Amino acid sequence: MTYAPNIRIIRVMCSGRVAPQFVLKAFIEGADGVLISGCHPGDCHYQEGNYNALRRHRLLSKMLEQFGIERERFRLEWVSAAEGVKFQQICDEFTEQIKKLGPLNLNGGKDEHREA
Amino acid sequence: MNNDKKIKLTINDKPIEVDEGITILQAAKMLDIDIPTLCYHPLLEPYAACRICVVEKKTGENSDLVTSCNTKVQEGMVIYTDSENAAKARRLNVELLMAQAPAAKPVQEIAKELGIEKTRFEIEDPEEKCILCGLCVRTCEQIVGAEAISFIERGKNRTVSPPFGEPSEACIGCTACAYFCPTEAITVEDLYGRKVIHNELNLGPSTAILVPIRQAVPMVPVIDEEACIHFKTGECKLCEKVCEKEAINHEMEDEEIEIEVGSVILASGFKPFDATRIPAYGYGRFDNVITGLEFEKLNNASGPTEGKILLANGEEPKAVGIVHCVGSRDKNYNEYCSRVCCMYSLKFAHLIKEKTNAEIYDFYIDMRCFGKGYEEFYHRLLEEGTKFIRGCVSEVTDLALTEQEEGKLIINVEDTLLGIVRRIPVDMVILATGLEPGLDQNEIARIFNISCSQDTFFLERHPKLAPVSTFSDGIFLAGTCQSPKDIPDTVAQAGAAASEALALADKGTFELEPITAEIDEERCSGCQLCIGLCPFTAITYNKEKGISEINDALCKGCGTCVSACPSGASQQKHFRDSQIFAEIEGIFIE
Repeated sequence: MTYAPNIRIIRVMCSGRVAPQFVLKAFIEGADGVLISGCHPGDCHYQEGNYNALRRHRLLSKMLEQFGIERERFRLEWVSAAEGVKFQQICDEFTEQIKKLGPLNLNGGKDEHREA
Repeated sequence: MNNDKKIKLTINDKPIEVDEGITILQAAKMLDIDIPTLCYHPLLEPYAACRICVVEKKTGENSDLVTSCNTKVQEGMVIYTDSENAAKARRLNVELLMAQAPAAKPVQEIAKELGIEKTRFEIEDPEEKCILCGLCVRTCEQIVGAEAISFIERGKNRTVSPPFGEPSEACIGCTACAYFCPTEAITVEDLYGRKVIHNELNLGPSTAILVPIRQAVPMVPVIDEEACIHFKTGECKLCEKVCEKEAINHEMEDEEIEIEVGSVILASGFKPFDATRIPAYGYGRFDNVITGLEFEKLNNASGPTEGKILLANGEEPKAVGIVHCVGSRDKNYNEYCSRVCCMYSLKFAHLIKEKTNAEIYDFYIDMRCFGKGYEEFYHRLLEEGTKFIRGCVSEVTDLALTEQEEGKLIINVEDTLLGIVRRIPVDMVILATGLEPGLDQNEIARIFNISCSQDTFFLERHPKLAPVSTFSDGIFLAGTCQSPKDIPDTVAQAGAAASEALALADKGTFELEPITAEIDEERCSGCQLCIGLCPFTAITYNKEKGISEINDALCKGCGTCVSACPSGASQQKHFRDSQIFAEIEGIFIE
């Protein structure tokens, strides 16, 4: 089973550990998309960390849009440890989606906003 | 009562010295002199209605007839219980009672003892049993405190009745009046004429004081507040009066006791699936549609029917249908298999076969005989002649289409082996209801900092490597709170949980997660944002220092608090912000 090679994984113990700074840092460093994946709601290994991840994702998505980063570049998907195939499909599909969007040009986005 | 004062009297020429305030009847009892009574009961105020206890009291030359049950002893009394005058009066009273209530057995017995064969008075109703002794009225008033019945009318029309002769709202249905009635004039009947009410069957005594189950630990009786008369009317307390050890206390309340322990084994069990949730099966609508547990009660040799398999009308069933997977393996209710139902259904089929001549139909989706000797048992049943029909029951109805179906319950089922839809008329339907997680499963999980799987059964640490442990150290699982399982499996798991707990106690220490979070005292502003977020209640606020602190023993290292900390004071070991930032930077180095 192989998934898109341009995905790089940063492991944390729980989706609740994903701080908004990590996502922002990734975009600043040059990531074209960020995917957070964690246990299904109600099935959290740490009880409710994934609910916190969900809330953070909602808020952060709004913020990223204001920065000129398309909503599609930041995704949250529930994938349990037993769902290898699902993870593969999501990775491939997400990579396809990002490819269609093209590379993220953060500075260009910023400049446009300033002019407007 | 002044116990010091003694009174001397003679009864049937026997002298006796008794306490002041007692009655002649009680004094006679001390001398072993038998005075017949009907309306007397030691727990109730004497009423002197039947006048059978009449005795002769002699004061010098004068002679007087008094009722011994309510006449108090007096100094120098001379009493004859069987003198000619007394006996004559008693015979007359018995004859009067025979005319009033010819069908009353105790009256007939006393008449027989006294050698009276016939009453010389006119008999109005040969079926009458009530002797108007007032025991029921006094019981209802003095013991129950409901005052739902009383005497009405006068003279020969006098009778016992609730107000206006209609069922009274004051009546709490305790049936104490029927219990106290000496002549069975008051009886208890089911308004609907049912003889066996399956869903009200109780194992063991159905009184207000009971041992909840036969295996109860500790083995002591408790008072059922819902059934106890005292909690309805504030009266009664009869049990308190008769308990010589004074062990009964109605004022007792629940109390909370704190016990310090090292580990906890959760064995909070399951909840049986509520069969009324599948209306098509008619549970609650049809008297003879019962659940597996109700059948167990019915079948119990020490149960209310003494182990006889009976329909609601008290007859033996001629055909019984057992429906498997009720509430299990069904996406509308529970998707999982409850594991125990197949085997208990087979057991039922075997028992019904043994006890009755009924035809037995077993409706199953798949036969799951997974344990030791289970498959062999299934084959035994196949040989015994139980009819197994593979298919899901769609409906249980009483709507008869043919003459044979009249008065029966018809099971509508698709026989998937024959490929046809069948209608099978039976007398009794047993629903093999599945196991559901307990009602307060999530609440318990929160208290003990453990997780539930998606079906809300408790989640074990690992299905193979740690099946009795949880994510909280020192909390272990046993039985159906973790997943549906039968008794052998539950016992095995409980044994494992007990030894895990012992092993932990023996070692005296446990290993901490290496990835717990820690709070930098210098940076923590004491905003307490993390406290609300921690699912394991591992963080507490230290008021003196004005900072939040993490309990390493409780922290599981999820890092939720770390990503929420606005000042970066909270950091997770091995997953520090700086480490993750470095990882991210590392990814983008060309």
